[in-house]
Amino acid sequence: MSFLLIAEQVLNGLQFGVMLFLMAAGLTLIFGVMGLINLAHGSLYMVGAFAAAAVAGATGSFLLALIAALAAAALAGAIVEMVVIRRLYAAPHLDQVLATFALILIFSEGTRFVFGSFPLFLDIPDALSGPVTLPGGIEYPLYRLSLIGAGLAVAAGLWFLTARTRIGIQIRAGENDREMIAALGVDISKLYTLVFALGAGLAGLAGALVGAIQSVQVGMGEPVLILAFVVIVIGGIGSIKGAFIGALLVGLTDTLGGVFLPELFKLFMAPDTATQTGSALASMAIYILMSLVLIWRPSGLFGVRL
Amino acid sequence: MIAERPLAVLVLTALLAVPLWALAVDEPFTITLATRAAILALAAVGLNIALGMGGLVSLGHAVFFGIGGYAMGILAYHAQTYTPLEIFGLSIEGTKSMPVIWLVATLVSALAAWGIGLLSLRTSGVYFIMITLAFGQMFYYFAISWSAYGGEDGLSIYVRNGFPGVNTLVPIQFFALCFALLCAALFLNARLQAAPFGLALNAARQVPARVETVGLNPVRLKLVAFVVSGAITGLAGALFADLNRFVSPTMFSWQLSGELIVLIVIGGVGRLMGPVIGACLFVTLEHWLGGITEFWHVFLGVILLLIVLFARGGLVGLLTGKEGPHV
Repeated sequence: MSFLLIAEQVLNGLQFGVMLFLMAAGLTLIFGVMGLINLAHGSLYMVGAFAAAAVAGATGSFLLALIAALAAAALAGAIVEMVVIRRLYAAPHLDQVLATFALILIFSEGTRFVFGSFPLFLDIPDALSGPVTLPGGIEYPLYRLSLIGAGLAVAAGLWFLTARTRIGIQIRAGENDREMIAALGVDISKLYTLVFALGAGLAGLAGALVGAIQSVQVGMGEPVLILAFVVIVIGGIGSIKGAFIGALLVGLTDTLGGVFLPELFKLFMAPDTATQTGSALASMAIYILMSLVLIWRPSGLFGVRL
Repeated sequence: MIAERPLAVLVLTALLAVPLWALAVDEPFTITLATRAAILALAAVGLNIALGMGGLVSLGHAVFFGIGGYAMGILAYHAQTYTPLEIFGLSIEGTKSMPVIWLVATLVSALAAWGIGLLSLRTSGVYFIMITLAFGQMFYYFAISWSAYGGEDGLSIYVRNGFPGVNTLVPIQFFALCFALLCAALFLNARLQAAPFGLALNAARQVPARVETVGLNPVRLKLVAFVVSGAITGLAGALFADLNRFVSPTMFSWQLSGELIVLIVIGGVGRLMGPVIGACLFVTLEHWLGGITEFWHVFLGVILLLIVLFARGGLVGLLTGKEGPHV
C-alpha cells in the first residue's frame, strides 16, 4: 500500500462523491421543497447523457454537449413536472413511488426506442484528456480532476443560490411553509416547476459528465439513483449540506472499501477467501454505512427530526 | 358492481379454470403462465399484508423473494452435487423435498424480515421506503459477489424438487401446489384482517398515537406484519425458483420489488383479491403486449400512471365501487 495508491483512490472517491452530489442535490431539493419522492430522477440523468452523446456526435463540441445535456434534462424535468408530478404533491408516498416508477418505464423504453439498445460513447475532449502530475508526484487523469472541480463549483453555486439570492430565499421558505409564501404572493406552482427543472438539470449534467468516462446506455440512471437515495438518507432528506457530506462519505466508502477491504482481510485470511469476503463486504459497505447512520440518527445526519 | 366475496370466488375460479382448459386443449405453456401468475400473486399477497394493512411501503420485498429462491437453490444444489452444506461448523445434507425447502425458505425470510424490520421501523415515511430499497440492494450485491453459489450467473437446478405424492414435473400438478398455497395464504390474510391483530394493525396505520394510548405498541404490530409478510413472499420465492429451476441475483433486484408493488396497486391496495387480480393482469399483459412489441413496458408505465392518477383503489376498487383503504 503505497502513498500514491492511497492518494489516487481518495481522489477517485472524491470524484465519485461529487458526481453523486449533483444527483443527490436535485433529489433532496425536490423532496425538501415539494415533499416528493422522485424515482424518475435517474431517468433525467440518462436523458442528459443521451442528449450530450447525440449533440457531441453531431457537432463534435463537448461544451455544446454539456449545455445540451443541461437544457434537455431541465426541459424534460419541467414538462414532466407540469404534466404528471404536480398532481402528486398532495398524494401519499405510495402513489408518488408508483407514478415515478411508471415514468422510469416510459423514459427507459422511450429512449431505447429512439436510440436503440446499444450503448453510445461520449469522448473526453482533447483539452482535458491525459494525465496531470499533482504535487507529491501523483499522476491523475485531468478529466477526473476536472469533474471534482466542476462538482465543487456546482456545490458552491448551489450554496450561493440558496443562501444569497431571492429565489433561494423563496426555495427555503417553500421548505418551511408553502401556504405562507403562497399567501405572500409567490407563484408557488412556478417555483415548484423551477425547482424541479433545476434538480433535473443537475442530474442531466451529472449524466453527461459521467457519460464521458462510462458508456451511455438505457438503465444507466437507476444504480446511480439508488446511490443518491442512500446519500440523501445519510445526509438527511431536504438538506443540501447533508447531501454534500453524505455524497462524499458514500463516494469514499465505496471506492476505498473496494480497494482496501480485500487487503485488510488478507492480513488474517487465506488470500482467495479474503478477496472474496472483502469484495462482497465492499459491495455492501455503503448500505451498512447507511444502516449504521440510521440506527444512530433515524432522520439522517442533518435531517429535521420527524 | 360486485361485492368483494363473490369477486374472490370468481377470480380464483377463473385462475383455476384457465390451466384446466389449457390441459384439455394441450397448451402446457399457458399452464406455466398461470403458475407464474399464482406465484407472483402469492408474493404480492405477502407484500399486501405489510403494504395494505400495515401501510409499510416496502421497496425491498425482493429481499425475501430472493432469500426464498436461494434457500431452494442452495439446498437443492447440495442435494444434486452430494456435498454437505457447511454452516457454523454443522454439516447439513441438501434436500430435494419441497416441504422442507418451503419450511426453510419461510423461516429464513421471516428471520430476515425481523432483522430488517427492526432496523427499518425506526424510521417512517420516505426514510422507510429508502432504507428498505437499500437493504434490497445490499442483498442484491451480496448475491452477485457470492461466487460459491454462482455469483452473477446464478444457479441452475437440473430437476424440479419433489413433493410426496405429486409429480411436480407435470405442469398442472405443480400449478395445483402453487394454487393451494395461494389459497392458504389468502385464507390466512382474510383471517388476519378480521382478527383483533388485523384491526389493531389497521388502526396503527391510520392513527399510531391513538393505538399507543390504548396500550398497544404500533411499532411492534407493524413488525409482526412485516415478518408475516416477508415469510409469505419468501415462500413465493422458493416456488418461483422451482418454477424456473434457476435462481439468480435478479430475484433480489429492486425492479422486482417495484413490480410487486405495481401488481398490488393495479389490483387494489389492501384488498384481499388485489394482488391476485394484479398478478393475473400483469402476466397477461406481459405475455400479450410483450408478443406485440418489445417496448411493452411503455404501455405498462402509461397504464400504471393512469391508475395512480385517476383510479384510486385499483381494479378491485373499480369493480366493487369502493375506494380502498388509504395508505
